[in-house]
Amino acid sequence: MITIHIPTPLRPYTGGASSVEVDGDTVGSALNNLTTTHAGLARHLRDDSGKLRSFVNVYLGDEDIRFIDGEDTAVSAGAELTIVPSIAGGTPDLPELTSDEIARYSRHLILDEVGVDGQRTLKNSAVLCVGTGGLGSPLLMYLAAAGVGRIGIVDFDVVDESNLQRQIVHGTASVGRPKVQSAAERIRDINPHVTLDIFEEPLTSENAIRILEPYDVVVDGTDNFPTRYLVNDACVILGKPNVYGSIFKFEGQASVFNYKGGPNYRDLYPEPPPPGLVPSCAEGGVLGILPGVIGCIQATETIKILLGKGDTLSGRLLLYDALGMNFRQLKLRRDPNLAAITELIDYQQFCGVPANDHGTDAVAENEPFQRVDVVSAKSRLDAGWKPFVLDVRREAEAAIVKFDWADRLQPHGEVGLIVDELPKDRDILIHCKMGGRSATAAQALAEAGFNPQHLFNLDGGIVGWAKQVDPSLPTY
Amino acid sequence: MSLTALDGEMAKLYAHAEAGYPHEVVGILAGKRATGELNKVLPLINERADSAHNRYKVSGLALMRAEQSLEAEGHDILGYYHSHPDHPSQYSDYDRDHALPNMSYVIVSVLNGTVADTASWRLKEDRSAMDPESIQIV
Repeated sequence: MITIHIPTPLRPYTGGASSVEVDGDTVGSALNNLTTTHAGLARHLRDDSGKLRSFVNVYLGDEDIRFIDGEDTAVSAGAELTIVPSIAGGTPDLPELTSDEIARYSRHLILDEVGVDGQRTLKNSAVLCVGTGGLGSPLLMYLAAAGVGRIGIVDFDVVDESNLQRQIVHGTASVGRPKVQSAAERIRDINPHVTLDIFEEPLTSENAIRILEPYDVVVDGTDNFPTRYLVNDACVILGKPNVYGSIFKFEGQASVFNYKGGPNYRDLYPEPPPPGLVPSCAEGGVLGILPGVIGCIQATETIKILLGKGDTLSGRLLLYDALGMNFRQLKLRRDPNLAAITELIDYQQFCGVPANDHGTDAVAENEPFQRVDVVSAKSRLDAGWKPFVLDVRREAEAAIVKFDWADRLQPHGEVGLIVDELPKDRDILIHCKMGGRSATAAQALAEAGFNPQHLFNLDGGIVGWAKQVDPSLPTY
Repeated sequence: MSLTALDGEMAKLYAHAEAGYPHEVVGILAGKRATGELNKVLPLINERADSAHNRYKVSGLALMRAEQSLEAEGHDILGYYHSHPDHPSQYSDYDRDHALPNMSYVIVSVLNGTVADTASWRLKEDRSAMDPESIQIV
């Protein structure tokens, strides 16, 4: 007979016995006789192919049978076998790097802070980039080049000529194509190892949780307040870090929100600014290189979060001034008085503005002015309508293109200064680039006492006119 | 099954997990098997130097020696703990493949160096999955 000593965790299968006597002339046959009489042991000692599980060690006397003949090791009567479990476990393996990837990422691999483990971590990571515009362009290109394994891109815009001055992921040949397609093509060329998820749809309160959920980090490359609050709130609800950047004219901001219990966008700006107060880049202009600088800062912070290295911008707001060429930073803290973010809301209503610059302004109820689209305005003018024409854009915009028949140029925020110079008894046709600022100006004039029946907003603005009425005019 | 763990011993376990970050740490849970009282944790050395960030291993003899010393002090072996650096306290397929039956497996999630979450698991009899068990800290 052979004696087999049973370890504690397996004794429930031997009726509590610490040792069992069996027949056998090899270790294998003795173990098989053991599992025949105590069937519950079998699946814990052997895997599906019948081999001893890797954590099952068997000793003959004081020798591991692996160093004798394994299960073929001969045993004679009176021999003592001891089952000695080892323990092992751990998290799923990071993906291996292929030879191609090792060559591609060699400058990362020799950095102590990245190394093979860090590069495998990047390969195992997923980042969502909301927007493929000025910020999204450098972000996507560098994250792809750096070897982030999975990148999601959200955008539903098409490439416009006016994008090319800064949105370097798109090329001239892509004008008119969906931005996500154009960006995807460029990213695949930069790094074919990246898995791309394309979301050609606007990010909304309805789809945000579904779209953001699979990603480790969300990078905000949006250009408007509704989407920025939406991205922030969805990240807070899902517990995901939100790498923030924003740009205007020559100045940019960057931070990391909702990371390790740090502040989020609402701690910085609890409420959106009044509609029209902060112009968009389409209205105010932006230095083409500026999103390159801010987008690269966002890409850097994203990689640091994924690697768990360095000090991120969490709790700090970085301010960049391209004209003065300086960086400053402000401390950001959680505001304990803010209500917890528990659900997504209607962000267009919250911000009072549409979440895109497609010129499809939502018409509020009871507006104190009239609206006229470019085609109707053209036919009315042809039929003899003679309104006073007020251009509420800035001088720099009028220098690009203007209506020869405009009567007055005054920025929309300053129409209040010229109320005495505007006719009270005549129709006033107010226009800007796309129809947003002129609506704000019309509202202001109505509040200043102008008859709503005389105030007309040119929906679509001069760009709409150039597209639908007079293609000889340039657009910008 | 459920565990009733001494606060001070859980603190030792957490301290071990945080000190070992970003590597996985491993140790033994000892106490009274009949009641599930966890009275002692014993840190062990993770032998997986090749991939310590996501693997642990303690070989049979080292484990047996440690368990014998605990048993000599009157403890029963309740199970084992290990950490998951930057990973949830959910057991992995690798954990399940290597689990022993009738033992508690406590997994501590350590995110960016700080303990975030703890869970305890027991292997199902058919080895198909692990069942959660509660840990009450007293």
